[in-house]
Order: sequence, then structure tokens, then C-alpha cells
Amino acid sequence: MIDATLNWVDDRLGVAKGGRTFLDKIFPDHWSFMLGEIALYSFVVLLATGVFLSLYYVPSAHEIIYHGSYAPLRGQRVSEAYASTVGLSFDVRSGLLMRQAHHWAADIFLGSIAVHMARVFFTGAFRKPREFNWIVGVTMLILGIVNGFLGYSLPDDLVSGTGIRIAYSIIESIPLVGSYLAFFVFGGNYPGSGVIIPRFFIIHVLIVPLILLGMLGAHLGLLVKQKHTQFPGKGKTEHNVVGSPMFPTFMAKTTGFLFMTTAVIFLLGGFAQINPIWQFGQYEPYQISYAVQPDWYMGWLDGALRIMPSWEFVAFGHTIPFEVFLPAVIFPGIIFNILLVWPFIETRHTKDLAYHNLLDRPRDRPKRTAAGAAMLTLLGMTFFASSTDVMANFFNLPLKSVLWFFRFAVVLAPIIAYYVTFKICHEMRDAEGVGKRKRAVIIERTPSGEYHTVPTLERPGDEHHELDAIPVPTYIDLEDPALATGEGVRRVMR
Amino acid sequence: MSDPPPRLDGPLPPAALDDPHLQPYARRPEAAQAVAATAMVIGFLGFIGFGVAYWVVANTQWEALTLGVGLLGLGFGVTAWGKYLMPQGPFVEERHEFHSTDAEREALAAAITQRGGLVVKRRKLLGGLFALGSTAMGIVLLFPLLRSLGPKPSKSEAAHGATDTSLFSTNWRKGSQLVAVDGRPVNVDDLEVGGVLTVFPKGFIGNSPDQVILIRLSETLQPLTAPGRTDWGVAGYVAYSKLCTHLGCPVGLYQEQTQQLVCPCHQSIFNVLAGAVPEFGPAPRPLPQLPITLDSAGYLRASGSFDQAPGPGFWERP
Repeated sequence: MIDATLNWVDDRLGVAKGGRTFLDKIFPDHWSFMLGEIALYSFVVLLATGVFLSLYYVPSAHEIIYHGSYAPLRGQRVSEAYASTVGLSFDVRSGLLMRQAHHWAADIFLGSIAVHMARVFFTGAFRKPREFNWIVGVTMLILGIVNGFLGYSLPDDLVSGTGIRIAYSIIESIPLVGSYLAFFVFGGNYPGSGVIIPRFFIIHVLIVPLILLGMLGAHLGLLVKQKHTQFPGKGKTEHNVVGSPMFPTFMAKTTGFLFMTTAVIFLLGGFAQINPIWQFGQYEPYQISYAVQPDWYMGWLDGALRIMPSWEFVAFGHTIPFEVFLPAVIFPGIIFNILLVWPFIETRHTKDLAYHNLLDRPRDRPKRTAAGAAMLTLLGMTFFASSTDVMANFFNLPLKSVLWFFRFAVVLAPIIAYYVTFKICHEMRDAEGVGKRKRAVIIERTPSGEYHTVPTLERPGDEHHELDAIPVPTYIDLEDPALATGEGVRRVMR
Repeated sequence: MSDPPPRLDGPLPPAALDDPHLQPYARRPEAAQAVAATAMVIGFLGFIGFGVAYWVVANTQWEALTLGVGLLGLGFGVTAWGKYLMPQGPFVEERHEFHSTDAEREALAAAITQRGGLVVKRRKLLGGLFALGSTAMGIVLLFPLLRSLGPKPSKSEAAHGATDTSLFSTNWRKGSQLVAVDGRPVNVDDLEVGGVLTVFPKGFIGNSPDQVILIRLSETLQPLTAPGRTDWGVAGYVAYSKLCTHLGCPVGLYQEQTQQLVCPCHQSIFNVLAGAVPEFGPAPRPLPQLPITLDSAGYLRASGSFDQAPGPGFWERP
């Protein structure tokens, strides 16, 4: 039956050789290789829950009177976008679960991308021949941030409306063309001619997801074509991949991981409230609330806006609002461009043109690791700076002190992080027993009070038997006499 | 390793069933199977529970719990099956370097340059015209793609009620009545000292560029907030644009003790007594002040427009 079907398909498409190679594809094992899978699977959840939401959401700024089941809002004038979002939360079964799961999935999607990217960076997985895939990945990160912003702007609630207002002002701050761009995007002076919500909607549900899907295909296609990187280990070289095969072992594990990732997202969606727009209320351009913060992946931009001094440049009858343009346009522009071209920056510095399929330990590349730590510290500082007001309240400090702390920290902390990381890498690299398997030690105290550590003896059961790797066998001798008798099957100690 | 691993391209003998690479990771496969099976049963029950939760309970938390248990159970079961009971190898796959032979590279380069050269060098006119035509196409197609999206910003004074295309105009005119969000005109007795109110010019409630924060500083004083603004306040009232000059958020927090207006978005702080000059934070310009006066019936009216365009900075702002 299977044979006949496969023959039928193969007669027409010639899939036998490629199909077998695909099933035999080897996946090296390491926990950090799952980070990208989290991103992939939260994207799957985003698509599924997003389709559900799109069946109920109405992308319109048209004002109606709310008549739904949420009593405090009844009789209020709200936009159709806001009313339909509240409606799909309260008046559609499972709607609230789907909406909150969608929001959580977006936050997890970007979080896992960030951590996955850090893994790829610190282990040098972006090196030749994988520069393309690094660039595709960074582009997906940027698109993901953009789409996250567009998505949480759609409900037309007070918090997200404030975010859209800020976005307008950021576009407007671009010298020479800013006012024109802002007018074109919004269909006029803020808040525009009511087109922004339908426009954000179609970009959020069609245009960006389509590009993301294409790039995801490229990302995975390149991964299959170029094969995985792997950490050094027994039998692992620059010219092979050692691990478990696509079918069945990896497929089973990754399917399970898809289910578990989805489970966590839905548990969060059901139990951890996120973006309760019925509490914020409908957006009105003259209303505002305390502690307005964007979703986490926008925090670094908001923080940069907060700590920037008010350096507006006025000359010759024109204004360049550097207090906005610098932190909100130039700063992310520089950051994303550094990320995009990092593989080439590094090659230029190291003059290393070889293929690299074995991963680095971060400590073995002190400069890269230190640079990454400095970058993360910079972004972390601007991220925390986006809650200066909340921190000032919480720690009971003057707002000015908190702000000035971050103005200095944003400059100094990355430098300190670079230096400290560099030193730690050197220390660790030169330490004894690095890269060896960990073994228990016994701490002994001498009569004079000194302490010594003595490694425990290896017990026979602890011994780590690693077999030599073999190609995935094409045929398995199922008529093996050993099995027929149930005797002679060798148990492998691992 | 004693021998190099055999290559995939040759025929290989069938692997024996007792080949160590085909053995499961679990030392006691039966126990592992029991764990995986239990997890899958729990998962199955979870999904059944979701069905019940959906039809009977219709409650977000129950739906999430049952769905989570279902997905976790099934996911854990399949993962355990894969990790503990499936062939663990290790298996190996050879990599192939991507670069082609020098001859293949040269052939590709030659195909492009020679064939292309043949065409381009002999038919420069056609090549040039094609480039010209496609450039023109690229440029004119940008018009509908970009220009149709919205109106051009206008720098001239807009007509009353037409602020949606104007960079500088608002709907405040000499004599505009100050009305609250609910449409009520503001009387001189409406606010206590220390009170604030968001107001709009009558007829333009909710229009973003027109929003004004009205503050009552004292009962009797005629507040002088900046040189030359002797009659901009009246009966202790002053009025400022509520649009933050940083990013256009509403400057909604008023601290009476320090006489400051605070923007909740990025903590710009403006001095209410000194023409709302920014004292702290990223805002670069004072909040524009609206000159106000009292009419004969005791209602507040604008005696002019803002001293400058409200809101954040942009290129055309002088």
C-alpha cells in the first residue's frame, strides 16, 4: 500500500531520493537549539489564534454605541474596532482565551527570537556559510517587532492609541519628509481621516505575515540546505553532523515540543491577564493614564526617548527634533544595522574566511562575547529606562535622580559590561579542566583547617559510553534471529 | 574511530536489529512506555475536558486549564516516546561544501558576461531605452502607492474646522468659547483654585490639536506667565495646549504644590507659572499658551490663538 502510493508519487515527482535524504536528516542535540523552535511554534499559534480573531474583529474607527455584555461600557460611544475587540473577548466563546493567547504568543515569539539570536551570536553560528540566514533572521526580528506594535494598536484602546500618537510624532520628526510621511500614513494631520486602523489591520494580518512566512521558509530552507551547526564532541567535525534523524526521533520530540509550547501559551492566555482593554477604555486623543508602557519589545525605544535630552535643533526656519529623531529613528537604525552586518564586521576583524560548522564556546571568543554583552547591556538599560516613573515611585526616589542614573548608565554600563565580560572569558578560558565533563568532588578538610577538593572516582555505571556515529541505516533486518528468541539483544549503557 | 564511517552513496548491508544505534535511550523501556502512555492518557482526558469546558462551563480559565493539560500531556507523551524509546544513534551525516568547481564558476560568469556583453554592447540603444522606461515606471508607480495615501501638509492658515491638513492651524480664534468635553461652556466659577479641566473651542470637542488644559491658579490674580502676556490669563485662570511638545501625548498631570504640568508618557515637566517652559525631561519647547478672557456673562473665551503651533517638532516648524 505504502509502496504503491510512493511509486505513484515518485513516477510523477521523483521524490524517492530527496525524500529519503530528508527523513535521514540529522539534528544535533542541544537544549539551546530549541530556542528557535519556540519562535517557530509560537508563530504557528499566532497564525491560528490570529485567524480566529480576524473572524470577529472589525477594523473601523467608526463610532457606535456599545451594547455588549460588559456592563460598565454600556451606552458609551466607542469605535467599532474597540467594541468588536471587547465583544470577541466577552461575547464570543473562547474568545478571551484566543485573544490573550494571541497576545502572549506575540510576546513569547519576540522573546524567543531574541534569545535564539543571542545563542546564534554567542556561539558564532552566524559565520560562513550562514551569513544569509543571520540576515534573514534579523529581518524577521524587525518585522516581528513592527507587527507586534501594529497588532496591539488595533483594539483602539487608550494605551495603544497613545502608542499610535507617539508613532505619528516619531514619523513626523524625520527631517525634510517627516510631515509628508506622517500625513500619508495617517491620511492627514493626527489623528488622520480614520484610515489608520484599517491600514494597520491589513498590514498586520496580511502584508507582514506574508513576508514573515516567506522569510520563515527561507530561514528553514537555508537550514536544511546548509545543515545544522553542532558543538564540538566525539566524532563531530567540520565535515559532518552527528545527532538523531528527522524521522522518527526528531519528529517525535519536536511535535511534543510544539504541543508543550502551545500549552504554555494557552495556560498563560487563560490565567495571566494581558492587555485588559475594557479597563483602559476607548482611546481619546485628550486622555492619558499613568505608567503608560508599550509591550516589552518596544521598551528599549521608549526608554531611549525618555532619557534623551531635549536637543531640538532650530536654524534657517526649520526644526530638527533630535530629541525624538535621534532615539527613535537613528538609534534603532544603528542597532539593527550593526546586527545585520555583524558577520561581516567580524570577518573584517578576524580575517577568517573558513567554513565554520562547529560552534564556539562563548568564553573562547572573548571579544565577540564582550561585544554581545555590551549590546545586551545597552538595550537592557534603555529597556529599564522605560519605567523611570514606576521605579521612582516604587523605590521612593526623585524622578530626576532615576533619569540621570539612566542617562549615565546607558553610556557607562555597556563599557563596564564589555570589560568585565572580556576579563571573565579570559579567566574561564585559562582555568583548569575547562570543557571536561563535570564530576562530583569530595571536599576534605585538613587538620590545619585547609579545604581540598578531591574528584570522586568514576564508577562503572557513570562511565559515559558514546558510540561511534553511523549513517542512518536504510534497511533494518527485522527477521533478526536474535529478536525471535528474545536473547542476545545487547543493552547499551549510556 | 577505527574506520571512517561508510558513505551513504553505496549500498549498505541491512542493520541488525540488535545494533546498539537502534536501541532506545531508556534502560527500562517498559517503564518509559508506561510514563509516556500515562501522559498521553492525561492529555486525552484534558482534551475531553476542554470539550466539556467549552460546551458546559464556557469559562476562560477552565478552557485554558483543560486545553493546557491536553496539550502538555500529549506533548510530554510524544516527547518521552521520542527521547526514551526511539533509536538514539548517534547517527552521522556528511556535509558537502557549497562552492562549485572553478570551471563551473567560470562557466557561469562567462555565460553572464559574454552573452550579456553580446547583447548590451551591440544594442546599447535598446538597453538604454529599456533602462529609461523601467526607471520611469518605477517612479510613476510610486505616485499612487505613496501620494494617494493622504493629503499634502499645508503650511498656510487653515479655514475654521479644516485643521486636518494644516501643520500650524488650530480651531482657536478670537472669541472661541471654552467648552468642556461634555459640551458645557466654562464659567468663571466652575473651577476651584488648583482645579484643572480639559477644554476645546466650541464645536470642536475631541479634536486633537485643539486640546487645552485650563488651570485655576488663584481666585483673584491675573497671572503673568511670561513677559508681555499681561492679559493672557484671567481671574486666576491660565490655559495651555495639552499636547506635549515632545511626542504629542496629553500633558495630563497637574501638581498644584509645585505648579508643574507633567506628561505621563516620558515625564517632561513644565512650569505652569513661567509660560510652561520645560524644566525637566525630553520636551524641547514650552507648551503654547492660549490667551483667555471673560465675556459679559462670565464665560471663558479665547482672546486669540496659541502663541505658536502646538505639539511636537517637525521640519517645517520655524
